[in-house]
Amino acid sequence: MSLLVLLQEVARAATDLAPIAKLGAALAAGIATIGAAMGISKIGSSALESMARQPEAAGNIQSSMILAAAFVEGVSLFAVVVCLLVAVG
Amino acid sequence: MKIWKYIISLSFLMCLLFGAHSFALAESEEKESFNAGEVIIEHVLDSYEWHIFTWKGREVSVYLPCIVFNEGKCYTFSSRVFHENEQYKTVNKTNSEELVFAIPHEGNYKGKIVIVNADGTLKRPVDISITKNVLALFISCALIIILFYLVTKAYQKRGEKAPKGLQSLFEWLIVYVRDDIARKAINEKSVDRYLPYLVTVFFFIFINNLLGLIPIFPFGANITGNITVTACLALFTFFITNLLGNKEYYKDIFNTPGVPWFLKFPLPLMPIIETVGCFTKPFVLAVRLFANITAGHIVVLGFISSVFIVAQISAAGGAAMSVFSLILAIFVDCIELLVAYIQAYVFTLLSALYFGMASKEHEHR
Repeated sequence: MSLLVLLQEVARAATDLAPIAKLGAALAAGIATIGAAMGISKIGSSALESMARQPEAAGNIQSSMILAAAFVEGVSLFAVVVCLLVAVG
Repeated sequence: MKIWKYIISLSFLMCLLFGAHSFALAESEEKESFNAGEVIIEHVLDSYEWHIFTWKGREVSVYLPCIVFNEGKCYTFSSRVFHENEQYKTVNKTNSEELVFAIPHEGNYKGKIVIVNADGTLKRPVDISITKNVLALFISCALIIILFYLVTKAYQKRGEKAPKGLQSLFEWLIVYVRDDIARKAINEKSVDRYLPYLVTVFFFIFINNLLGLIPIFPFGANITGNITVTACLALFTFFITNLLGNKEYYKDIFNTPGVPWFLKFPLPLMPIIETVGCFTKPFVLAVRLFANITAGHIVVLGFISSVFIVAQISAAGGAAMSVFSLILAIFVDCIELLVAYIQAYVFTLLSALYFGMASKEHEHR
């Protein structure tokens, strides 16, 4: 609650909100990284488990894991692109 | 193995030498502060000159030609004119008045050539200059054409014999694209229509990603990290999918089978969703490739810049930092090699999937 009041005061005092925008961009990039890390770790752990259960399918599982990780990474990079746009414009 | 001991000790020695060099440089240079953000963004974006290095305060770059159209007349000049003065004054070919070109440093047209009108307003002319990315595209496309010409000539000469040399390097990649990407995603009747495009786009993205990682002169331009290049590739995929799609494909968009009628009739919700999906898929392809490659370059540049940032504070710290930072930068470069392959694979795989969906055979129930 007090954090909200503090932010409102800062916003009212600042004539130009660019520093707050940059702060928001930096925080958002960090949050996006958390999302990507959670997703990729789930993919990795389930891939390792299934490779342990069935070692002869390890090749297939490995390629699917890399593919799924690339997709999850792509989504988090959207967020990074938006943050870059906010931070430099 | 004994060779590894030599390789590791040699690379550590090189890191130390690099550190010593930056230590020496930090002492002898004038205190021009190092703006890391600016340097990184400059390396990643396109520009009218190709900056190679700065020798003792003087810039060594290749000044590329600027080709600009104004009112139907073509003006060609080297970008060197902007290096010396802020503005380039020439004669307007239509009315023989003065025509002023400039590159503004901030605002909407930052970094691009504009015409400064007499009253100070800026106008952006039609600009088909050979910029850094265009020249890098010419070089990489020439390289790709030469490589594939040699490979096809080898196939013609050797016939059914086992592949040798360059041919054996490319054969397994081409067969991989054909068997594991195209044939898995597209039904056998229509694979051969899409296969040339898929092989081309795979090698274009892969080779350009790899060339972007080489820091030496004719390579090292961030081509696939340019949103216009990736948007162009995604547009090709979009046009090929939709122009060669069969009736099944369009029926699936506008009259999706298995969906209740009230989602289609008064308010065509399902067709709208499907059409929006049809446009977002290539857009996502473009942004994924662009963001991955640009982010990779920024990370490597960030590690190298951290050496200079620390060296500004203390020269000895810079020397120590450079050892670790170089090791980390090498590690990230290895990840970038993997990302180069993965991004080419993902782009090609998704394009093949879209082609497969667009040319699906009607399944008889």
